[in-house]
Amino acid sequence: MASLVRRNHHDKLFGRTNRLILRFNFFSTSSPSSPNSKPIEKILVANRGEIACRIMRTAKRLGIRTVAVYSDADKDSLHVKFADEAVRIGQPPARLSYLNASSIIEAANRTGAQAIHPGYGFLSENAEFAELCENEGLTFIGPPSSAIRDMGDKSASKKIMGAAGVPLVPGYHGREQDIDLMKSEADKIGYPILIKPTHGGGGKGMRIVQGPDEFMDSFLGAKREAAASFGVDKILLEKYITRPRHIEVQRDCSLQRRHQKIIEEALAPNVIDDFRSHVGQAAVSAAKAVDYYNAGTVEFIVDTVSGKFYFMEMNTRLQVEHPVTEMVVGQDLVEWQIRVANGEPLPMSQSQVPLSGHAFEARIYAENVPKGFLPATGVLHHYHPVPVSPTVRVETGVEQGDTVSMHYDPMIAKLVAWGENRSSALIKLKDCLSKFQVAGLPTNINFLQKLADHWAFVDGKVETHLIENFKDDLFADSCSSELAKETYDTARLGASLVAACVCKAEHSALREGSSGGYFSPSMWYAYPPFRVHHNATCALELEWDNEYDSTQPMPLKLSVTYLPDGKYLIQTGDSGSSALEVSVADLGNHIFEIEVNGLRTKVSIAVYSNEKTEYIHIWNGAQHHHFRRRLGLELSDDDDSQQKPSFEKASLPAGTVVAPMAGLLARVLLKNGTKAKEGQPVLVLEAMKMEH
Amino acid sequence: MIRAVSSRLKSASSNSWLRPISFSQRSNFCSGVLPDGVDRSSEAFSNNSKVMQGLLSQLQSHISKVLEGGGEEAVKRNRSRNKLLPRERINRLIDPGSSFLELSQLAGHELYEDSLPSAGIITGIGPVHARLCMFVANDPTVKGGTYYPITVKKHLRAQEIAAQCRLPCIYLVDSGGAFLPKQACVFPDRDNFGRIFYNESIMSAEGIPQIALVLGSCTAGGAYIPAMADESVMVKGNGTIFLAGPPLVKAATGEVVSAEDLGGATVHCKTSGVSDYFAQDEIHALAIGRNIVKNLHMAGKQGTINQMQSSPLKYEEPLYDVQELRSIAPTDLRQSFDIRAIIARIVDGSEFDEFKKLYGTTLVTGFARIYGQPVGILGNNGILFNESALKGTHFIELCTQRNIPLIFLQNITGFMVGSRSEANGIAKSGAKMVMAVSCAKVPKITVVVGGSFGAGNYAMCGRAFSPNFMFFWPNARISVMGGAQAAGVLSQIEKSNRKKQGIEWSAEEEEAFKAKVVEAYEREGSPYYSTARLWDDGIIDPADTRRVLGLCLAASTANRAAEDTKSLLEVIVESHGGKGDLLQMVVIAGKGAEGGSNSFVIGYLQVVPSWLVSFEVMNHVLFKIEIIWEVIVPAPLVTGDSWDKLILESEVPVVVEFYASWCGPCRMVHRIIDEIATEFAGKVKCFVLDADHDLPVAENYDIKAVPVVLLFKNGEKRDSIVGTMPKEFYVAAIDKLLKS
Repeated sequence: MASLVRRNHHDKLFGRTNRLILRFNFFSTSSPSSPNSKPIEKILVANRGEIACRIMRTAKRLGIRTVAVYSDADKDSLHVKFADEAVRIGQPPARLSYLNASSIIEAANRTGAQAIHPGYGFLSENAEFAELCENEGLTFIGPPSSAIRDMGDKSASKKIMGAAGVPLVPGYHGREQDIDLMKSEADKIGYPILIKPTHGGGGKGMRIVQGPDEFMDSFLGAKREAAASFGVDKILLEKYITRPRHIEVQRDCSLQRRHQKIIEEALAPNVIDDFRSHVGQAAVSAAKAVDYYNAGTVEFIVDTVSGKFYFMEMNTRLQVEHPVTEMVVGQDLVEWQIRVANGEPLPMSQSQVPLSGHAFEARIYAENVPKGFLPATGVLHHYHPVPVSPTVRVETGVEQGDTVSMHYDPMIAKLVAWGENRSSALIKLKDCLSKFQVAGLPTNINFLQKLADHWAFVDGKVETHLIENFKDDLFADSCSSELAKETYDTARLGASLVAACVCKAEHSALREGSSGGYFSPSMWYAYPPFRVHHNATCALELEWDNEYDSTQPMPLKLSVTYLPDGKYLIQTGDSGSSALEVSVADLGNHIFEIEVNGLRTKVSIAVYSNEKTEYIHIWNGAQHHHFRRRLGLELSDDDDSQQKPSFEKASLPAGTVVAPMAGLLARVLLKNGTKAKEGQPVLVLEAMKMEH
Repeated sequence: MIRAVSSRLKSASSNSWLRPISFSQRSNFCSGVLPDGVDRSSEAFSNNSKVMQGLLSQLQSHISKVLEGGGEEAVKRNRSRNKLLPRERINRLIDPGSSFLELSQLAGHELYEDSLPSAGIITGIGPVHARLCMFVANDPTVKGGTYYPITVKKHLRAQEIAAQCRLPCIYLVDSGGAFLPKQACVFPDRDNFGRIFYNESIMSAEGIPQIALVLGSCTAGGAYIPAMADESVMVKGNGTIFLAGPPLVKAATGEVVSAEDLGGATVHCKTSGVSDYFAQDEIHALAIGRNIVKNLHMAGKQGTINQMQSSPLKYEEPLYDVQELRSIAPTDLRQSFDIRAIIARIVDGSEFDEFKKLYGTTLVTGFARIYGQPVGILGNNGILFNESALKGTHFIELCTQRNIPLIFLQNITGFMVGSRSEANGIAKSGAKMVMAVSCAKVPKITVVVGGSFGAGNYAMCGRAFSPNFMFFWPNARISVMGGAQAAGVLSQIEKSNRKKQGIEWSAEEEEAFKAKVVEAYEREGSPYYSTARLWDDGIIDPADTRRVLGLCLAASTANRAAEDTKSLLEVIVESHGGKGDLLQMVVIAGKGAEGGSNSFVIGYLQVVPSWLVSFEVMNHVLFKIEIIWEVIVPAPLVTGDSWDKLILESEVPVVVEFYASWCGPCRMVHRIIDEIATEFAGKVKCFVLDADHDLPVAENYDIKAVPVVLLFKNGEKRDSIVGTMPKEFYVAAIDKLLKS
């Protein structure tokens, strides 16, 4: 298939050697070792979330029946509802369910599925699992187990590639995992060092070690994370390239945070065809060396000065970001995977693959951006992704009302936008991001918007450390008082519109709720509310949750006057701010049409509440604000202290530390009675497959 | 047989203003649509409009002053204590976005040397969780929320309305108690401060919830407001309750104690138990207040009732612009106009079915609906003559009979005077009308749209006749007679007095005398003078008349319906048990739901759970009866034989009345037997049998015609009285039976 190459830009410790990481995605149809006589009619998808739904969508289109597997945490998930059949495979922790190979095989046998698609992550690059499938007579939609084993073990693959004469980045890929040996190897390579699990990917278990004294902790952490995520805790060491820059060659470049990509794009400039085919050939020979078939990705690091490239690794699975490829080539990679698994020839040759336009993929995560992108959990009280079209794709595995739990990856959706060229695709992406509505838990949408709007990104000066480098632009609004005021003003406008919409919604809810009510005839709820000789008013106290200034919510006092003509006059507590006269029409489905001074706009409102607080979100153009409103009954009956700590803390003894997020206690570093120094780690908490 | 009971209940408690109307409100063949009736090109129209504009802007300026409360300084002080203003408090208590009918905003207007905006207390009606409540909120920014005489009067008036309309009362207490300099007019009399607590007790006993939110101080007498309430809430820090404040305590006992320690929320919610709910702050207290209303004893039934009444009342707006009422309102009271032009702008679809249109034409009477609610309207089209008074009497009695609320649109200079009129017996005719108005036990609402003079005020349901609500238009005037007439009368008397004393009275002197009288009448007849003294419930904009009437009608009827139902329901449930799984049905005969002597067993009914459920949700009396009917008919136990048994086994003589629902005279007999049942309670048992539906029984006792009353003693028929007889006749027969 298309050769998919990624270039990385590095700053080496010694000198500024520019490098490229070239990524070469390909399909091969070397017929499977045990070809299926019968084409696949039923697929079991051994995954969850968006990728499970995405695979099933293609399967359904091809008339192939689908089987989902689910853990207890996922029993009501979208992928379970979407499948024709679903089988419970165990408890929430992944190692008891989605990594439990025997349960999955049993599920396939029970339902009569002939093939298993592993998606990405979980068992997708687990050679034992692929082998188990082969032994059970099930088609594993992916490469042969031997190839996975060779390539999946990064040490082994480097050895094979090294034997084939491909230069490798300096590092240690030995089988011997003794910690002291590893330490001395690390010292030999020189710091900084990158610690990587030999299996898996996605940044999980990866550690950067700046100096020898950090090595031990990082090494053990990486091992534990690798074991939890991939079931194998083997580690390799590599020289860390401090400023890698990812540029498109043909597809897929990435912006990363916490070593996970958040925006990717397809079709890159600045790659000469000659060079591409040169790398392509190397990739093909690498694949041949391990008898590869089905989809895969080979990564090289390229020194742009010398033009030399080094083998990095091979991903023997469908990439998370495969939709961007699909958008620019107009093909369905999952369909190709299934065809290859069926032993069919590839539908087209490399030269026939069309390339058109430009595509972006933004990954929308439940996470707390200002708290260092800490994964978040919670309920999706309001979830309205943008509508899909031929140029916009939303890959999602959740729906409104679902819970993002602590057990799995907190990704909510992948938003893919296509355009004729990069700038038109970017416009589309930004528009879609502003209309992507999630309320109930913190997300990175606002951050993605800022990122997509940043000049460096717009100019294509993309590198993995862009976020770090421009963090002043991307995170802080408070540094400039002018900017802060502007932000505050838009929030205040948002609050004013919220006030009008809330009054409107409250009123129509009341009317419906009490229509014909016996005790109060509906005329008491006539509109606008009646007052003798004056206009009714309503005071609304909101607290603005500023995503980037989470120190404390800012209170906003609003007064709404119901004007006789049905409009609302909204005044904010601030002196000097003028009153707004707003008319509102409830268009249903949380959408309100608002008119201010003859200017009409549509806004979306989401309201949800717990017993203490009402949360109100508004999407107004590119702006998204959220506010809190006190419901009045939250305070305890106690007559103690004016300022009540939150319930959780209040019920705990003094000196208790509350974790910023739900997670599993992985390791306690200090013994009871030990005196802790400032900055010394006390315990390790694992959440969402990352250690914190 | 049972049908008789059901019919009987129907006649006993069918409150037609409670009836949910399921059919279309507007009949297709309506003929009662009123014409526009306004000449917009007339001088009077434009003149009225201009003058009314002035009156309304004057009103608005008075209103905006009282809306500011006790002034900027006091409001600021209030805010600094984390307290809201009384209207803001009410806004947060009523259902968001709902209406609030504030009463007597201008009470206390120019009444005392100090200004007393809204008499220092805000009262009014609004819905909380769809239940209409009466709010009584002290304004701490006005003289510290202390009670002037007019404050007490306004508080009592709110309670009076609440009692009349059975509205739960919510007291937002923040008051320094009685205004001591005026204690003589605040403390001792019947309708003074103590009456507040009397009312609270009586209403509580009658099952009208009394709720107090202590948002500020409640000192001395004021302490009883929360203490006597059914439930009370106190705000930490701001709310205090004590019989004597710290200074008085120190003076009396020497004890030095802070207000919070003496009677704060902590003391009263934790130690003394005086208050029931502890609120961290005012917002919290108001939220608790809403919850209390949510959980009132009717709350449990509300959900199902709301479901049942899924189709709201449909109504049409008037055909003509209600704003035009501002131009129709007569600003010159000598100016004559057709009251129908006002009615046409108040009632649904401008439909008015006039009663006795051609007779006694100076009083317009007829039926209409306001927001779907049937009403009877009486409006003046001139002076009351003999015929007009008789017509009014007839109409009021008719509406009372049918339980239709009455609306009085007053523009009356009085009854016709003169020899011819007196000879026709105008005094007696007027008395009849006044009597009818007094005795009409239906909701009554009076709006003075023009003049309200003399005995006309009485006949048209003035304040003394306890209308549920009474409002003035800004152009209205009220006095015993017109200023000019009074001046004429008084100058006549003065003249003759002087003549006796031999003093000459010059024309100029007489004119000056007259002018003084006219001036006094002008001042005292003004709606501001009236509303300041609470002779009414407020001055309203003519354009708001329909809205206000609609809200008042809803307030007058909604909770009464609920309560009536409740009492019947309780009777049924209380008498449950006794005979295995049989439910003994006791139905109240005749008047109200008092139970006791005039209740009697009508039979037994198998307990069917689903029936009980359906019974519970049947909020409406009429519905309820129909349900009884449906369920009881198939009940096997109730047969002719069992009636025989009842009659045979009765230890006292039995009076059986045969009744047919279609028969007019039956109803009269029915009423008489009701009274007899009460008077002879214990001595005889009274039963009603349905002659239509219990034919075997009818045959058994050889009944050929109704009404007929049979008298039994020791199981044997002693007497039968056929047809309609005077009550004495029946009484004599029963006496005879008892003596025999």
